[in-house]
Amino acid sequence: MSLFNSILWLSSENIEILKDSFLPLMRGVLTYTIPLSLLSFFIGLVLAIVTALSRLSGIALLSGAARVYVSIIRGTPLLVQLFIVYFGLGNLGVEFLKFEPFTGALIAFSLNTGAYASETIRASILSVNKGQWEAASSIGMSYMQSLRRVILPQAARVSIPPLSNSFIGLVKETSLASTILVSEMFRKAQEIVATTYTPLLLYIEAAAIYWAICFVLSLIQGGIENKMNRYVNT
Amino acid sequence: MITATDISKRFGDLEVLKQINMEVDTGKVVVIIGPSGSGKTTLLRCLNLLEQPESGSLTIDTQTIDFRDKISKHKIRNFRRLSGMVFQTYNLFPHFTAIENVMEGPVIVQKVKKPEARQKAEGILAKVGLKEKADTYPYQLSGGQQQRVGIARAMAIDPKVMLFDEPTSALDPELIGEVLRVMKQLAEEGRTMVVVTHEMNFAKEVADEVIFMDEGAVVERGTPLEVFEQPKEERTKRFLNLLKE
Repeated sequence: MSLFNSILWLSSENIEILKDSFLPLMRGVLTYTIPLSLLSFFIGLVLAIVTALSRLSGIALLSGAARVYVSIIRGTPLLVQLFIVYFGLGNLGVEFLKFEPFTGALIAFSLNTGAYASETIRASILSVNKGQWEAASSIGMSYMQSLRRVILPQAARVSIPPLSNSFIGLVKETSLASTILVSEMFRKAQEIVATTYTPLLLYIEAAAIYWAICFVLSLIQGGIENKMNRYVNT
Repeated sequence: MITATDISKRFGDLEVLKQINMEVDTGKVVVIIGPSGSGKTTLLRCLNLLEQPESGSLTIDTQTIDFRDKISKHKIRNFRRLSGMVFQTYNLFPHFTAIENVMEGPVIVQKVKKPEARQKAEGILAKVGLKEKADTYPYQLSGGQQQRVGIARAMAIDPKVMLFDEPTSALDPELIGEVLRVMKQLAEEGRTMVVVTHEMNFAKEVADEVIFMDEGAVVERGTPLEVFEQPKEERTKRFLNLLKE
């Protein structure tokens, strides 16, 4: 009986639901999931570089602040961070801390990405041979010039695989934004389930779309790695 | 051209340089020799401010630094441009081609326009015999070729003096000659050079003065003939004998 049911599961009725739900889900992907992922990743990346450089600065106040930031973010769940930013700050009665759901999610995800990626970037900067700093200094480069022209381009190559991991993780974690009513893809799926009562179907569809996005991202990662590896003997 | 006075440097408890004095006249080649740990590389790095001595003063060309003062980063940068450093391990920028390595200093630091910098870099690469390798990445070059790019990169910033930190020590024996030939050519053109090396034949042929260092101090100095053929100090004799074995 159950086997029979399973076969019948992809009935014409269910296929109809899949068809009807695909566009709304994709709208969630294009209007929220992808913009939220991209924006938080790039803001997070900037935060991460600043944090990593602060850690490496040798200035106690800066590196201490960076340590505290990373420790707090890594030591608490993303969902909790999201709730603190959106519900917590929003409830303070201070007008500019009342965020739109999207903005609240953007802040929480950026802060989260910034902390994790800062460790990746710190490690990849440290992986660049000290002789590179010296060579850059010896031709008269300033700290910022050395960083921009010599150190970060080499660190970038090392950091592509772990940063890709972070980005792919982030794309999936945007589904948490559904809890603060951001109409991203997973939220859309939940809304549709509420009318069709087909949770398995819709959630598998959502899962398939996440997987497809991540698959494309992996391909892009491979392309970037190839480009960056052009100057190393592989 | 270079005047170093009472240069002292310590790493923690270890006194690496003990009140070193040295003078290099324009167009002269000074070779520093000595056993490992003698401080010769540290001394060379002090001339480029890659290491900062605790005391003493240093003049290159018209600029003077007193190490007892607080020295601004700006001053350090300007001072560094007076000397071109060639490293034992080349330290080429691996993500740039040979010519990009050579252009980097002029373009980024001295703000020379790219076409102009490229033209100049081509000339320098030709000089070190690597004209046809301009668009090659460092990993595709042999050690000797990489080191010659290193020399070209250092020359590109028009330094007043060239500093060489054991430029052939990382090279296979058959590749040493091509690098020494380039250095000899530079010496013949009248460039002021300070060379830390174990290549005694190079020192004999090219040096105007040889400095023998041990335990952070200058033990003996003189013409190659004086130091190699008639060393006065016991320690110099011992070191030279060890090399002959």
